[in-house]
Amino acid sequence: MISLHVNGKVFQVDVSSDTPLLWVLRDHLNLKGTKYSCGIGECGSCTVHVDGKAVRSCTISVGEVQRKKIITIEGLPENHPVKKAWVKEQVVQCGYCQPGVIMQVAALLSQRPTLDADQIITKMDDVICRCGTYPRIKRGIKTAIQMTKKEVKKS
Amino acid sequence: MRTSMTRRAFLKGSLAAAGLTIGVSVTPFGHRLLNASEIDSFSPNVWFKITSENKVTIFIGNSEMGQGVLTAHSMIIADELEADWKQVQVRQAPARDEYKSPILGVQITVGSASVRGFYEPLRKVGAAGRAMLIKAAAETWKVPEDECKASLGTVKHEKSKRTLTYGQLCLKAAKLQVPQDPPLKKESEFRYIGKPMPRVDVPEKVSGKAVFGLDVTVKDLHYAVIARPPAYGAKPISYDEKGAKQIKGVEKVVPVPMGIAVCAKSIDAALKGRDALKMSWDKGALPDMDNAYIEKSLLEDLNKPLKSVVNTGDAKKAISEADKKIEATYYVPCVAHATMEPMNCTADVRNDQCEVWAPTQSQTVSQMVASQVSGLPKEKVNVYTSFMGCGLGRRARPDFVAEAVMISKALGKPVKVFWTREEDIKYDAFRAPASHRIEAGLDAKGQLIGWSHKLVSVSLLKDINPAAIKEGIDFYCLWGLADAPNSPMWNNRIQYEIPNLSIEFLISPLPMPVAPWRAVQNGPNAFVIESFIDELAHAAGKDPLEFRLQNLKNNMRARRVLETVAEKAGWGKPIPKGEGRGIAQHACFGSYVAQVAEISVNKKDGTIKVHRIVAAVDCGPVINPDPLVAQIEGGVIISLGTALKEEVKFANGGVKSANFDDYHVIRMSEVPEIQVHIVKSNEKIGGIGEVGVPPAAPAVANAFFNATGVRIRRLPLSPKTVMEAMKKV
Repeated sequence: MISLHVNGKVFQVDVSSDTPLLWVLRDHLNLKGTKYSCGIGECGSCTVHVDGKAVRSCTISVGEVQRKKIITIEGLPENHPVKKAWVKEQVVQCGYCQPGVIMQVAALLSQRPTLDADQIITKMDDVICRCGTYPRIKRGIKTAIQMTKKEVKKS
Repeated sequence: MRTSMTRRAFLKGSLAAAGLTIGVSVTPFGHRLLNASEIDSFSPNVWFKITSENKVTIFIGNSEMGQGVLTAHSMIIADELEADWKQVQVRQAPARDEYKSPILGVQITVGSASVRGFYEPLRKVGAAGRAMLIKAAAETWKVPEDECKASLGTVKHEKSKRTLTYGQLCLKAAKLQVPQDPPLKKESEFRYIGKPMPRVDVPEKVSGKAVFGLDVTVKDLHYAVIARPPAYGAKPISYDEKGAKQIKGVEKVVPVPMGIAVCAKSIDAALKGRDALKMSWDKGALPDMDNAYIEKSLLEDLNKPLKSVVNTGDAKKAISEADKKIEATYYVPCVAHATMEPMNCTADVRNDQCEVWAPTQSQTVSQMVASQVSGLPKEKVNVYTSFMGCGLGRRARPDFVAEAVMISKALGKPVKVFWTREEDIKYDAFRAPASHRIEAGLDAKGQLIGWSHKLVSVSLLKDINPAAIKEGIDFYCLWGLADAPNSPMWNNRIQYEIPNLSIEFLISPLPMPVAPWRAVQNGPNAFVIESFIDELAHAAGKDPLEFRLQNLKNNMRARRVLETVAEKAGWGKPIPKGEGRGIAQHACFGSYVAQVAEISVNKKDGTIKVHRIVAAVDCGPVINPDPLVAQIEGGVIISLGTALKEEVKFANGGVKSANFDDYHVIRMSEVPEIQVHIVKSNEKIGGIGEVGVPPAAPAVANAFFNATGVRIRRLPLSPKTVMEAMKKV
């Protein structure tokens, strides 16, 4: 039995410890928002947060992430600035890569010291969007940063 | 949502007795509006329904793959229906003959045809509903119909200040006859058409809840992966069935025509089971085939006798008598679709029924294939369309549907066939490779007087519709140059006014499967035509824009996009030293697009940096402007991939490319600034999903020539190709 801490809950799954985290999230925990696309960590569609860092769930095994805090797209709050910015800027087209893109941006946005939009954009080369939403991703990043700043001011 | 909607739920949801439903029966020859009472209750062909709860549900037959068709079609219906957008919900419809495209004849999302094919019929669908609701209100109040007005989900009688909602009227309206030619709104009355409307599919895609093909789950679902041959035509020699079955979770090993399928309780087990098969294969049909072999074969075939496709005037004579004669040979390689979601399909074949959940662009073809494979009549086959991680034309090919149905039938259980990324690239049907040889003649004034074009390509239609290949001519390979008379693709022809034009064609016997790839062969053919036009402009000593306009004298739409893009991009103004600027135009699928590219070249390593692309688009009336811009941006970006990076590698008679580490696509840092200008136009409505693709690659190649004085006549302009071309100078 493998014990996993996902989106604030603890799950026990009966899989071998070398199983990629991606398949366990999708097929055992029914968290289908995390996507398979390349299986070798080249495209970023499967990105989740492990202890706050963006990680490719297709190339990390469940054995490596026991006792670590995993957040998937489903666990990122609906009012998260990146999700809100993505709707506002109409970033997505087919939408398949976007959970991974959103998780990558969300992790970069929470990095300290904070990164500006251009710094975040330079760290987006390892996620692929075949529809070519890149110009919208850039806009989404800028809007998410503005939204984050506004939230900080409010609080 | 859509994918988990069963047939019963669809029937219950759409044909519930309470409410007004309007269907439209479309055939290639026209369409007929139907009332629910006329509709066979086993064949729901509704486009929308209104219920007493004052909800309007719209069913869309085209596949949503990011182009925004769910929203665009719904906007058209809701506008004419005068529905309140807040009361509208949108659903993806299952496969039904009634959703067949009026211009393509099948339920399919290709050819940028969803809006241009359905614009008029869907306006009528909405308008018919509005007319019936008005009539129902007039009868209720016993007042003349022309005193009643529909407005935002209600009908109002101004004189008596009375109002009824669509919900209150729908039962009465449902009993009325459907008007066949209802009055349409004036353009000035449009409420949604032409306004930027947020896409209905965005929120669920952002939340992670959108259901794609791979996400579809049904009870007792099994997963299947297939061990496939490493070379074209390779046959299995041996495999270890017992070894595979020893893997925990593996249930069955099923030989299928395309390889050996391993079925298991989980994807992970199926993949481990496939490894354990330790398959060995023979060498296949053409063990020597690699990229050099393919290119040589296509170029050599240009010397064979070709079939005449177009022959106006006397090109041979005009060219031989011309003041200037220019000749060039071009080559375009295979590129892969590499959709972000690899191919997959879920099927449940029972004795009396077959259910298919597929990320498909082609519902009725999938239904037909599932019927053939399962042995069940079409009426017993239901195809439900999920969201899909890119379409790009790949998902119109029903191979993955056939596999899921075949394996589910053999296993007797619901099965999801799953392609890994490696399979998705290796067993793709590629954008067709082709060779071109063109000769052209200019008169003393630099006017184009003759053009002779030879094209050899692997055939697209041989798999799609072999009967459409007449006298050896496959027009899918020729799009952008020539098309069949009365083609539903609208104007996929060379735009230049050439008095003496000869186009000849030959099908190459190379074995790789090929298929439509966003814009189909308009993409590679535009690269060739627009690069060669640039060569002619320079031979004539003319500015590339001026030369194009001079040879498009009467083509107002092509002229307008060229003039617009030139103005917006500052064509003719000086550019920084070391940079280059190029222009290209192309018409296809009823629309016109011109683009200007600005680039620089790193002469040490051969990399091209694209700084800016400016595009001008004339697609006639605009439905939803923001997704339109997004489609052009996406078209430009994928085209830049083909211009700079994408080329499938072959070795030992099969495909060597396998994943995103060796099949390179455009990434964030390579994306230029992209400006899209929509030219206001009242012309016939054209397509938008593909038309951004064709001009981008030649605009870049022409900018490269402008920067370096070197002409590259093959795609992609990769660092290696660039370095080799610069060395030769």
